[in-house]
Amino acid sequence: MNGETSALRLQGLTKRFDRLAVDALDLTVHAGEFYALVGPNGAGKTTTLRMVAGLLKPDAGAVAIFGIDALCEPVAAKQVMAWVSDEPMIYDKLTPLEYLEFVAGLWGIAPKVSQACAHELLVSLGLEPHLNERCEAFSKGMRQKVALAGALVHDPRLIILDEPLTGLDAVSARHVKGLLGDRVRAGCTVIMTTHILEVAERMADRIGVIASGRLVAEGTLAELRQQNGHTDTSLEDLFIALVDTKAAA
Amino acid sequence: MNSATALSLSWFARHELRLAWREWLAMMTGGRRRRTRAAIIGLIMFAAIMHLPAWAVIGRFATLQAPLDKSSLIVLSATIFLAWALMLSQAIESVTRVFYARADLDLIMSSPARLPNVFSIRIASIAVSVTGMALLLSTPFVNVLAFGGGVRWFSAFGVVVAVGLSAAAFAIAITIVLFRLIGPARTRLIAQILAAVIGAGFVIALQIAAVLSYGTLSRFAVLTSDAAARVAPNGDSLVWWPAHAVLGDGEALMLLLASSLVLLGVVMTVFSPRFADTAVTAAAYAASSRKGNGARSFRGGSRQAALRRKEFWLLRRDPWLVSQTLMQLLYLVPPAVFLWRSFSDSSAAIVLITPVIVMAAGQLAGGLAWLTISGEDAADLVATAPLPPSRVIRAKIEVVLISIGAIFAPMVAGLALAAPPQAAVTTAGVMLAAGSATAIQLWFRVQAKRSQFRRRQTSSRLATFAEAFSSIGWAATAALALAAPEAAVVSGLMTCAIVAATWKFSPRRD
Repeated sequence: MNGETSALRLQGLTKRFDRLAVDALDLTVHAGEFYALVGPNGAGKTTTLRMVAGLLKPDAGAVAIFGIDALCEPVAAKQVMAWVSDEPMIYDKLTPLEYLEFVAGLWGIAPKVSQACAHELLVSLGLEPHLNERCEAFSKGMRQKVALAGALVHDPRLIILDEPLTGLDAVSARHVKGLLGDRVRAGCTVIMTTHILEVAERMADRIGVIASGRLVAEGTLAELRQQNGHTDTSLEDLFIALVDTKAAA
Repeated sequence: MNSATALSLSWFARHELRLAWREWLAMMTGGRRRRTRAAIIGLIMFAAIMHLPAWAVIGRFATLQAPLDKSSLIVLSATIFLAWALMLSQAIESVTRVFYARADLDLIMSSPARLPNVFSIRIASIAVSVTGMALLLSTPFVNVLAFGGGVRWFSAFGVVVAVGLSAAAFAIAITIVLFRLIGPARTRLIAQILAAVIGAGFVIALQIAAVLSYGTLSRFAVLTSDAAARVAPNGDSLVWWPAHAVLGDGEALMLLLASSLVLLGVVMTVFSPRFADTAVTAAAYAASSRKGNGARSFRGGSRQAALRRKEFWLLRRDPWLVSQTLMQLLYLVPPAVFLWRSFSDSSAAIVLITPVIVMAAGQLAGGLAWLTISGEDAADLVATAPLPPSRVIRAKIEVVLISIGAIFAPMVAGLALAAPPQAAVTTAGVMLAAGSATAIQLWFRVQAKRSQFRRRQTSSRLATFAEAFSSIGWAATAALALAAPEAAVVSGLMTCAIVAATWKFSPRRD
């Protein structure tokens, strides 16, 4: 392993569809950090993360994951990374255990290790009664939990989550937040987009606010308040102030 | 019925027709609105061109006049029955889709509308769409008959309507009775299998009877036989009504139409109140869970092995695939029986088996390739896995070819015992047809859900036609290789040209 301390480094990342979606974005997320990316609809959050995960090709810029150039060495970068989208990516006709066996196989994890890990993950997410049921009848929340377990079963160093709490009930959301918190404490890096600003406020070490494809503010909650001349405002008020300013500009 | 109800019913009927029209249009245009004009022009041209094969197939029958002899009545009635079976098959598929696809059922059932009325209209709309499609397909044939034999043949349109309405009525009754008898879990699979094999089943049964009785694969051998004429009822029997109606007998046509309408009315009256219950049961099934294999150890192997294992799991559990494979295997039963009969007398007619096997392999490989290559439910997961896209594709292609090998190897092995050179040609044909169909699906791959399989043809008409023509081409080449090797070279080169042209027109990929 190299001595790289940044889990993710984006330089001049640009993507254009009909309009500019991501505009020469520079962003650094440190190893072992919980980073929340917030922004209004269409700000470019998901596009940015999909480029990081290798699901979209950037028009320009560089993506480095733990020092690995993700555009030149995508397989090496993917080996240390997991991606969870807001729409759970699972197979209706597989059981959660079969799904995790498949994911572990794709990441080349030894069966003995992955089987124990899979069982433990599914139990911790409250899916023990459903281990051998096909996912076709699962609710969205249950499917999201299976997808999350799939992302964690290969023990990634960087987890990228796009709106992971969508569709989860309060208990499940707490389970997921607890699991992510445990991973960060164990040294894993988590990057998450969310519209639930309270989650970002409570869980994230640093928060990035993105609007029109550019990072308009970044830092801890205290730093964001300081940057905007407030001392005791919520992230929601700060977010609205930042986004309104950007829109006016 | 008060005016408010009548208004809401006519409003709902218009809504259903609008949905049916848009779904049909989307199917024709591949979901691209700009293509509507081109699709309509293409459809008109297709309908015009279809008059040529229609002329070739039934042009010589245009001068048929009543009264017909028994053999002609049997052939005509069997043809009408085959059309009815095909419409029944399509209607069962439509009814099953209405129950399980949910779509707007939750909205309808949570509304204050009277459900029996609403579902009566839904039943009627299924009947109209099945009949409409049948009218469209039968038009070239009826036109050809009318052109050659006079306007009396236009009564065939009335028979098509009657056949469509009764097929829809039977489909609804069969599906709802299946629900009651075997429950929603099994009904879905059984209905899909029924829909797949009902149309083919009739032809295949005739072929098997022909093979066993007359040593030929021609189903007409049975229909025109003295034995069939002996057991057939007299000329004034109700059984011949549809045939008389087709020939222009107005009284028979009116009776046939009236019977179909009464049948559909009875089905609507009896089953529309049960339609809601059935939909609720199907929804409850969707919310229930099916047990998997139970706890077992995770298996090791390479990353490609994990992909292949996953694909095999999903293929085994795919109800469409089960029904389609059964249908393809069903098509192979007559040649298999033929092979078994020819084994002792080494008939030269055994050659006919090869194109059937090659064609079936190409068609099945195309479906399998779509399911494995395009129908990836977790595309993001596979794309973010640490293995190059080329290895993902290779693993998926391997799954298609292994599956085709497993299905067709026993057939070819049986053939090898009877005729080794023919088995070698058949093997080559199967490999070429399966390889070409897989390659075409690979070149035209689009990311889709497996559940969208029904609509796979709409994504690219070119791929659909190319897949069909390459299978036909390789089947013809294999048959010619056995009968006239020089012609096989020409046929093989033409098929290669089709595949090469398809590759040339396929979308560019990075």
